[in-house]
Amino acid sequence: MAKKSDLLPGTLDMLILKTLTRAPLHGYGIALSIKRLSDDVLTVEEGSLYPALQRLLLQGWVKAEWKMTETNRRARFYTLTAAGRKQLGIELTQFEQMIAAIGRVLADAQEA
Amino acid sequence: MKGITRFVKKLAILFGRGHFRNELDEEMAFHREQAERELVAGGMTREEARYAAMRRFGNAVRLREQSEETVGFRMESVVQDLRFALRQLRKNPGFAVTAIVILTMGIASSVAIFAFVDAALIKPLPYKDPSRLAILFESIPLGPRFHLSYPDYLDWKRENKVFSSLNIYDSGGMMLKTGDGLRKVDGAFVSAGFFRTLGVKPILGRDFYDGEDKPEAARTVLLSYSAWQKRFGGSSKALGQPVVLDGNTYTIIGVLPREFSFAPAEPSDFWGIKNAGGENNKCRGCHSLFGVARLKDGVTFATAFADIKSIAENLARQYPDSNRDQAAFMLPLAEVVVGDIRPVLLVVLGGAGLLLLIASVNVASLLLVRAESRKRETAVRGALGASPRRLVMQFVTEGLLLAVMGSVLGIVLARQGMQMLALLIPKDMMAAMPYLHDLGLGGRELAFAFVLAALAGALFSFTPIALFRFTDIREGLSQGGRGAAGVTWRRFGANLVVVELATAMVLLVGAGLLGKSFYRLLHTDIGMQPDHIATVHVEVPPEKYGKPEQQTALAREALRRIAVLPGVQTVGVTTKMPIEDADWTSGFSIIGRPDNGDHREVAVRFVSAGYMAALKTSLVSGRYFTDDEDTTKPLVVILNQTTAKQYFPGEDPVGKQIGFYGGGKPPVLIVGVINDIQEGQLDAAPRGAMYFPFYQSPNSGFTVLARTMQDERAILPSIESTLHDLDRGAALYNSVTMQQKIDDAPATYLHRSSAWLVSGFAAMALGLGVVGLYGVIAYSVSQRTREIGVRMALGAQRSAVYKLVMLQAVWLTAIGLGLGLACSVGASLLIRKLLFGVEAWDLSTLACVVVVLGAASLAASFLPAHRAASVNPTEALRAE
Repeated sequence: MAKKSDLLPGTLDMLILKTLTRAPLHGYGIALSIKRLSDDVLTVEEGSLYPALQRLLLQGWVKAEWKMTETNRRARFYTLTAAGRKQLGIELTQFEQMIAAIGRVLADAQEA
Repeated sequence: MKGITRFVKKLAILFGRGHFRNELDEEMAFHREQAERELVAGGMTREEARYAAMRRFGNAVRLREQSEETVGFRMESVVQDLRFALRQLRKNPGFAVTAIVILTMGIASSVAIFAFVDAALIKPLPYKDPSRLAILFESIPLGPRFHLSYPDYLDWKRENKVFSSLNIYDSGGMMLKTGDGLRKVDGAFVSAGFFRTLGVKPILGRDFYDGEDKPEAARTVLLSYSAWQKRFGGSSKALGQPVVLDGNTYTIIGVLPREFSFAPAEPSDFWGIKNAGGENNKCRGCHSLFGVARLKDGVTFATAFADIKSIAENLARQYPDSNRDQAAFMLPLAEVVVGDIRPVLLVVLGGAGLLLLIASVNVASLLLVRAESRKRETAVRGALGASPRRLVMQFVTEGLLLAVMGSVLGIVLARQGMQMLALLIPKDMMAAMPYLHDLGLGGRELAFAFVLAALAGALFSFTPIALFRFTDIREGLSQGGRGAAGVTWRRFGANLVVVELATAMVLLVGAGLLGKSFYRLLHTDIGMQPDHIATVHVEVPPEKYGKPEQQTALAREALRRIAVLPGVQTVGVTTKMPIEDADWTSGFSIIGRPDNGDHREVAVRFVSAGYMAALKTSLVSGRYFTDDEDTTKPLVVILNQTTAKQYFPGEDPVGKQIGFYGGGKPPVLIVGVINDIQEGQLDAAPRGAMYFPFYQSPNSGFTVLARTMQDERAILPSIESTLHDLDRGAALYNSVTMQQKIDDAPATYLHRSSAWLVSGFAAMALGLGVVGLYGVIAYSVSQRTREIGVRMALGAQRSAVYKLVMLQAVWLTAIGLGLGLACSVGASLLIRKLLFGVEAWDLSTLACVVVVLGAASLAASFLPAHRAASVNPTEALRAE
């Protein structure tokens, strides 16, 4: 199993939203997608997606509907809403600001 | 807007919870299946893949709970906790019933007593601005709360600058003329502005108008609501009807509101106008009135008191004959109404509060024991993913549940309890405490109960929580209740039991002191033998018995007829009974001795020769009256010992003469000195008194006393019927035995009720405290069974085990008693006002309580010690 890296707190929601920008996905698909896109660096405890998804649903940032998968199984697919897209933008900006700030601090530390 | 949609969504989920759960489960199952399938495809066996997928997924139950928490309301988990708490209580009914019963008793007693406190001390009196009302008295050397005279009232009213109104009342009942002759009725005479001063308006008819008390005005009367209902069936035809009170005709002009009462003059059915005419109202030495006044806006009580005092001083200078040493005295109305009962109520409330404290501490320590034994359960729940908050909430819920159940039952019980307590109050006393009529569970009582419940709930929730703060939850799992008892618990439980013992001690000492006071009160020397004495009051119409000879003849005939009744030994009459108050006083001078401006005033009673014989008083010097001493014989008087000591120090007064102010009256010869008969309440200091022969100044009203050989209660009816046969028009009232009179006297009642109530609380406290100690020791023994087993296996003797356990008990008891001792002395100082003949630090009481409580505590701990010593070491070691 690939080495694990804990998610920064609060980033799970953002990752889910980002993953859903491409296409509607079910929970397992979201987990796979995060793992694959991060080259197996980011592994969430897969179950913890579900409380997070409930939170996003409640906020109205994602929609859910039951559909059939390619293997003909019933699964709940999540779709990003307009509000969710807006929220993602906000979170991305905040995240980039934070990364930039951390980067500046680290760069300063290297120079010294 | 967003909040609302979120709320609606949550609500939808709440109602479709099953659906929500199914979907979530299905989704999660799907996830694991997919993962499993992928892993199988990667080369794992099906079995391995399933476990790997589950591991990767995490704790499904916890995640579902988290999801539910996200979408659920906080209430939902509360409901869950509540269900769990109820289940816990049902599973352990012994604990639940014990805890709830203890708490219910505690809360019920506190709330019931608080209802009395509220009715008497907190609810404002039913008048306009009651705090601005004051009662005015004349203070004389015998005491501060004596009556004033009508001319003094008029001067006070005219000259004061501090009252917006000043009126008077003359209470004490009146004689109503009926078809069957006179009947004693409850009533008071008041001046015209009396009701306006109080701010009370009649609900029917009119109030007295200003000047209606002038001598020439027609006499009128107002009815109390209950008299109107009782005597006139609530009919408006009552208005305009005449009634004859004390020989004068009064016209009924109005009815007072149902809720109206005026405690200082209650009970009262008739509120007649005090007509200013008549000789008595011109006499400055004739005292029968109390004043009631309303302070002007902006005038303080102290200013008003000073003003009225200086007026009285002027009057004393102006009329030295009648007003010498007659000062003004004034008290807030509320003080007059509830002043006597306030300390009793506060002490009893304090007692109830302490009982509740013990009860709560007891329940808290029960909870602590349970929390200790539930450590493992808590640890398991924690390990399964319950958040610390949820664990804590569970205990809070259980504590609150107990508190709520105890309070609800407590309120129900309090309602019964206070009705029972109210029934125990003698009728006469109840009539004088009209504010107790609206005793009940109002908003304030419920708020009080709520506060108690909240405090108890907080105590119950935080004791187990505090236990967990000190112990690591995980330790609970591994320890699994093995080994020595939790040190934390022992420390906590021990602290609690020390509090219980100390509180119990305070209550026991209080009960002991109050009980001893009550005993002393009943066994105080009252200067007579009160057993086997029957008394009946008689009043005859003055128009039929206007002349002294007629009155003398009536009294003589009455005594002659009663004396021959079977079982009667001695009979006598008096104008005023012992064990009442010091009213009926007179100033006097000593013939042949310069009047140095000394004030001499004593209580005065007119008695027949048989009176002192019937009471079995003892003669100090001189002689008793003879039966033939009437107006034809020289005037004589008998002094009591206090008068003799006070005015004739170091000499025998017999043979000396006294005179009375006002002149024209012949001197009176002192023929004897008797011991002090208790003329005031049982707890009053002895007062100076003089006794004159009834036949030398007879009266149309008197009290007949008969000493009997058999049961004195049985003879009351035959005395009444004898008097009734003598004159069918006579009013007969207050037929009681002397013993009843003593038992029902206000001072006796106050002492008795406080002694009994506090004793009741103390008995319960003793029980709870001892049970608490037993619980602590028994629990600690049960936790140390293994340790004791090891000790015994290693050769410890049974006596050493006894010592081990008893030593802990002795320590706890000693600390509890020591703390209790200190608190008790403090508490006793607070109740000093209620003590009679006992000091607050009464050593015998303290010693007694220490012995009782100590013995009970050691007895309670002996049982568990015995159990510990009978431990079979092999079994104790194997069992664990």
